Amino acid sequence: MSLVNFTTREITCKIVYYGPGRSGKTTNLHYIYGRVPDSRRGRMVSLATQTDRTLFFDFLPIDLGQISGFSTRFQLYTVPGQVYYNATRRLVLQGADGVVFVGDSQARQLDENLESLQNLQSNLLEHGVDIRTIPLVLQYNKQDLPRELILSPADLDDALNFRSVPSFSADALHGKGVFETLKGISELVLKKLAAGTAA
Amino acid sequence: MTSALNPKYSFDTFVVGAANRLAVTAGHTVAESPGAAYNPLFIYSGSGLGKTHLLMAVGHAAKKAAPKLNIEYLTLDEYVEAFHASVAAGQGDAFRRRFQNVDVLLVDDVQFLTNRKEMQSELLRLTEALQAAGRQIVLTSDRPPPDIADLDERLISRLSGGLVVDMGTPDYETRVAILRRKAEERGARFEPGVLETVAQAEVANVRELMGALNRLVAFQAVNDTSINAETVKQILGLAAREGEAPPGDGRAAAAKSGGGDEFGEFLADVAVTVGKAVEAWRARVGEAVLRWEGEGYRTHRLEALLQRDAPGAVDEAITAFAGDVERLKALEAEVAELDPQAAGQSVFRDPERLSEAEEAAAKVREGGAPPPGPSAAFPLAAFAVGPSNQVAVSAARAALERPGKKYNPLVLVGKSGLGKTHLLNAIGLELARGKRAVVACLSTQAFIDELISAIDGNRVDWWQARYRRATALLLDDIHLLAGKERTQEELFNLFNLLQDKDRQLVFTAPAHPNTLTGLEERIVSRLEGGLVAELKEPDRDVKRAVLERLLTQQGANPEAALIDYLSDRPTDSVRSLVGMLQRVVGAAAAQDGPLSAGLAREVLEGQSARDTRRSSGFRTSGLVVSSLGGIKSREKVVWDWADVADRMIEEFR
Repeated sequence: MSLVNFTTREITCKIVYYGPGRSGKTTNLHYIYGRVPDSRRGRMVSLATQTDRTLFFDFLPIDLGQISGFSTRFQLYTVPGQVYYNATRRLVLQGADGVVFVGDSQARQLDENLESLQNLQSNLLEHGVDIRTIPLVLQYNKQDLPRELILSPADLDDALNFRSVPSFSADALHGKGVFETLKGISELVLKKLAAGTAA
Repeated sequence: MTSALNPKYSFDTFVVGAANRLAVTAGHTVAESPGAAYNPLFIYSGSGLGKTHLLMAVGHAAKKAAPKLNIEYLTLDEYVEAFHASVAAGQGDAFRRRFQNVDVLLVDDVQFLTNRKEMQSELLRLTEALQAAGRQIVLTSDRPPPDIADLDERLISRLSGGLVVDMGTPDYETRVAILRRKAEERGARFEPGVLETVAQAEVANVRELMGALNRLVAFQAVNDTSINAETVKQILGLAAREGEAPPGDGRAAAAKSGGGDEFGEFLADVAVTVGKAVEAWRARVGEAVLRWEGEGYRTHRLEALLQRDAPGAVDEAITAFAGDVERLKALEAEVAELDPQAAGQSVFRDPERLSEAEEAAAKVREGGAPPPGPSAAFPLAAFAVGPSNQVAVSAARAALERPGKKYNPLVLVGKSGLGKTHLLNAIGLELARGKRAVVACLSTQAFIDELISAIDGNRVDWWQARYRRATALLLDDIHLLAGKERTQEELFNLFNLLQDKDRQLVFTAPAHPNTLTGLEERIVSRLEGGLVAELKEPDRDVKRAVLERLLTQQGANPEAALIDYLSDRPTDSVRSLVGMLQRVVGAAAAQDGPLSAGLAREVLEGQSARDTRRSSGFRTSGLVVSSLGGIKSREKVVWDWADVADRMIEEFR
């Protein structure tokens, strides 16, 4: 996969939102979709079940236009969080340039978060990608819930953020932290891109 | 009263860019050879562009090159104060004397001469005095001499008489380089892109740039967070200016998409990151260009890279370029040793012309032939030893055992024809056996002639370098230096240089050095500093040995009585002994008779009239009757006995 194509002067980034079911991955994409001017976004593709769960994946292409003479495109994907859709998850993960792990801040969801994170690691490994090398950020979603129900970002960092990657607390429903997360992952991805062309 | 040089302000810490390269080069030149090149050197630039730094750097470099130099740095104000103080104390003359003994005078901020008539005339006097004495003056000002208000015409012409250079504001790349270096000096670390953003701001001088950097360092220290490219703009208040002139398409796009909204911000952010990512290679090439250009190399090849759209194999190209530069450096260093003048050629500064540089180096290598060596005709084994020359020979052997350490210099003195040249060459031959030995062994006359033709061909550097490489220097007939001032000067320098490196020096002279006339005292005292060994008139042993060797060489069967007879005859030198033998041999050849003591007696004691029958101009051994009818001295004769003739060379001058 070529991230930066100097002949066609294109940059394409594939960013995958990963995480346990109902943690708010699609909500992230919806919020972004709502903020991107019409001219810059493609059609958001959502394949959902009757109960509005992501069945296959969400796909949101964003055209960032000409940046330094490069037409720059971001492709945002989400995976289905439910445990039994692992084959789909693996497929979506293929060729990802960066991963946003959307965690559920609720205390009772901690195990699901851990399980999903482990699943991410093993799925990446299937594609021959080391989770320590791929650009990754964590988002602790649902921080708007009552204090007694959720863990603080610091606690979540202790529990999930082994590698001390950038982490963001968010309230995807209202949009808090959504773009910060996206900025965070873009920066990592583009930095890696710079390192890649330097080599 | 004068300020000390600030150790921080050296050439090492001076960032060279296009705007100040000329000034820096001039500064280097001046520091390397004060008083020789640009005198006075006048540097002007706006405030905060590095005048003081450069001035002090010149001082440091000059001090480093020649620690004994008396270097004085002061601002004009200090100069004025010092003057006033000394005038008040009635010591005006002392003040003048003090500054007239300075080797390198560095005066900062000369523009304050305005309205100071008395200081102007004082400075004029000082400049004249220093210039006359070949001392260096470097001045700085914020404007060129003619623009300094109310400045004496004579002083203007004085100050403009050397080199007047200006330094401009640094370009973007230089600004980045300066910021990086300063950040490094402070041990401050910034995220990538931060310093570049600072450098994008239009600043009038380097001090403003430092101010901006200081603010960032302080901000980072207080807030304990690292700053990114975006926050920099806020901290430095650059954001407003950005709006006026949107630099990149990305940010322009951001503005269009309704600035202020989240997506717009995101886009702007990404634009910055992308810009850095895709243009990173340009930055690397730019840095490489700046670096090599700063070292004085031509960088066309790298600049061509910047014209391209895609990076391609940028790093390979840079590495290859660096490799070529290294090769050029190696070549230049090699050439510099052989011929310092050739090393200055521009081919050694242009990697595009590497092959030409190789050729030039090869040429110099060829031309860098070693100095003339000893003649193989004088082996030490063939030198006849006897009580008369025992001292000299054992001194020579001792010198050979520990060249340069035992007797240095060794001076062989003795009258003509006693074998000084032979012994000198024999020592040379022995020394030349050593590994990597470069033995310069020649007559002083040849030495002088070489220097003259070097001066004529403007190749003195080359000539000097050639002798400086020698591991031993042997000069025959040192007394011929008499009156040759330049050669004495060169020899003096060469002498000191070689002696410092423990390289053997051997000289011959007809008499003790202190009796020689026309030699400078410093040369004489140096010659006496080693060992002066005298060769005396040959004793019987020596004579016998010489005769036996010569006759054997001739294939003649030496008759014992003949050798006895000849070696008993009084002779004052080996050469006259050889002459005698020649006559006898010649006579024997003419008569077609045997070599015998009787014949010798007949020839030498004047009973033979045969010689006079010789036709005029007939060249033979013995006497030569010239075509003009006069009889030349035996010692001035060309023998057709080739082997012996070689030994007579020194008498034909």
